[in-house]
Amino acid sequence: MATTMITTLDRSSRAAARGLSDMSIRNLFIIPTILFLIVFNIFPLIYSLGYSFTDFRASTNAAANFVGLQNYRDLLNDPYVWSNFAITAKYVIISVAGQLLVGFGVAMLLNRDIPLKGLLTTLLLLPMMLSMAVVGLFWKLLYDPSFGIINYALGLGTFEWLSNPKMALYAVALTDIWMWSPFVMLLSLAGLSAVPKHLYEAAAIDRAGPFYTFFRITLPLVAPILMIAVIFRTMEAFKTFDLAYILTSQPTAELISIRLYKMAFQEWQTGRSCALAYIVLIMVLAITNIYVKYLNKVKER
Amino acid sequence: MAHIQLKNISKSFGNHTALTGLNLEIADGEFFVLLGETGAGKTTTLRMVAGLEKPTEGQVFIDGVDVADWGAAERDVALVLQQYSLYPRYTVRENLEFPLKPKIRRLPDAEIKDRVARAAKTLRIEHLLDRKTDRLSGGEMQRVSIGRAIVRKPRVFLMDEPLSALDAKLREALRTELKNLQIQLGATFLFVTHDQIEAMSMGDKVGVLNHGRIVQTGTPHEIYNNPRDTYVASFVGSPPMNLIDGRLVDNRAVMAPMNFELPLTKTAAATEGRPLVFGIRPEDVYLESGAPVEARVHDVENHGVEKILTLRVGDTTLRATVPARTDVAIEQSVRFAWNADKVVLFDKGSGVSLRHAS
Repeated sequence: MATTMITTLDRSSRAAARGLSDMSIRNLFIIPTILFLIVFNIFPLIYSLGYSFTDFRASTNAAANFVGLQNYRDLLNDPYVWSNFAITAKYVIISVAGQLLVGFGVAMLLNRDIPLKGLLTTLLLLPMMLSMAVVGLFWKLLYDPSFGIINYALGLGTFEWLSNPKMALYAVALTDIWMWSPFVMLLSLAGLSAVPKHLYEAAAIDRAGPFYTFFRITLPLVAPILMIAVIFRTMEAFKTFDLAYILTSQPTAELISIRLYKMAFQEWQTGRSCALAYIVLIMVLAITNIYVKYLNKVKER
Repeated sequence: MAHIQLKNISKSFGNHTALTGLNLEIADGEFFVLLGETGAGKTTTLRMVAGLEKPTEGQVFIDGVDVADWGAAERDVALVLQQYSLYPRYTVRENLEFPLKPKIRRLPDAEIKDRVARAAKTLRIEHLLDRKTDRLSGGEMQRVSIGRAIVRKPRVFLMDEPLSALDAKLREALRTELKNLQIQLGATFLFVTHDQIEAMSMGDKVGVLNHGRIVQTGTPHEIYNNPRDTYVASFVGSPPMNLIDGRLVDNRAVMAPMNFELPLTKTAAATEGRPLVFGIRPEDVYLESGAPVEARVHDVENHGVEKILTLRVGDTTLRATVPARTDVAIEQSVRFAWNADKVVLFDKGSGVSLRHAS
């Protein structure tokens, strides 16, 4: 293969005139990307792995001392970190479940012949296109207890959303649901329109009711693509930072990523925060792996 | 089991008219075949009986009851489609159980088991029951989808070209099986096809559909031997009926282009001299040394049991089915005649058979 690729370079082309072979053109395109990836992703990843075994602090000039697994041991024994993980888990479950319900529901409503379907779909996709920080800022205004439109519309008076320790996490999750349901909707819509119409006709002929048809035909056929939506959304929700950081400073809404940020850039515990980052990475990988295994099983059926 | 009647049905999709003034009656326990080319409106007719499509005009009766407001579920019909439409991800057994399990009319488990077992036995798919549907061959899939229809014991079986996606051998086998099944169940079948061999071999009655109109309804024998017009004559039969332009002169058929003549048995004097189309089936054209017309052999198709010859007289060609042992070569000169009793006369202008016009 490789030899034929090299020999197919047009001899009269300008590249050939400059003495460039196919191989060198290929390298020209690939090497910058690989360099970029190494410098900004792979190098820091490995470098921070090294730091995670030290007591290094980026704010001082003191040399890093190797402390072995001390950082990991401390972190895994720290009840505060565990409570951050619990908060994150709660947030992920609420927000992904909400997005799944709303997104799939709206997709079901849209999956029929209605006027202006295209325009409607596009408009519904808008929240997804906004920047997280912008969404955070204007939802902060919407949630405002004294002049926010949410309290006004729901007649809640001066109900505290974001500074209420019990409500803050739900408020962040709600914003996330608003923003990312369209993503689930888009994937669901693709899945739903791929279900052959004649199956629904066959089910109607077989006297299956709407619920029976939904659970026996629609859901099993859309399940794989819904699984993909769940994988993406779980990974994203797990590492949510900007939205929650902008919206609230309640300790009850302190996600693991916020904890990590504070540890690294406010407390300057660089070594320890590297260790925490690795723990988070391993967790996300584990969860994703479970999902992918399950996805393959769903696909096989 | 049911009696079906379609009264003055019209259907249009936007600007396109699929059916116009369609009248059809299917007796209880009859195997009715709707025959027509692609786009003639066969499937639309079927879907209207099933309740998947509403007629623009006209009424559908099942057992004498107007079913206009009934959905597909209430009509209690079974539908077998060309594309199988098995439920994916389920086993054959789960597919067969599907129509028996909806909550509203859920049957007792023993009954479900019994019916699935019986359907599987009838269709000889017992060994496939626990297999996933995507591991089946085309013939097996179509058997399962027929099975899903028969477990229900519906009032009417509707079949939309169920055999056309199968290969020739399997099609032949399933054709016989389906016909036997229908006799065994004594059920009403409405079978849609574009294949005239299926129509001829399976139908108790055949309705020929052309451009959204029923052209002729009758037994396969009637359709074959006494076609109502030149469309039916040329659509039914393989090879189709020979249609030759000509006139009647002194009880003889005088063909227009080359002025060759052939005898006829009896005709009404009123048709004398009028432009006509003479129809004759290839098997009623025979070769004989003393026959009245000379022709050249244009082409020979050997079908094993018989040979189909294309004969050329001037510009006119016609087909003749002759025994396989007949020894002919291309461009050989032969003499032929026809079986004068079997000639069908069509009016040149309208294409309608003179026997049907009166």
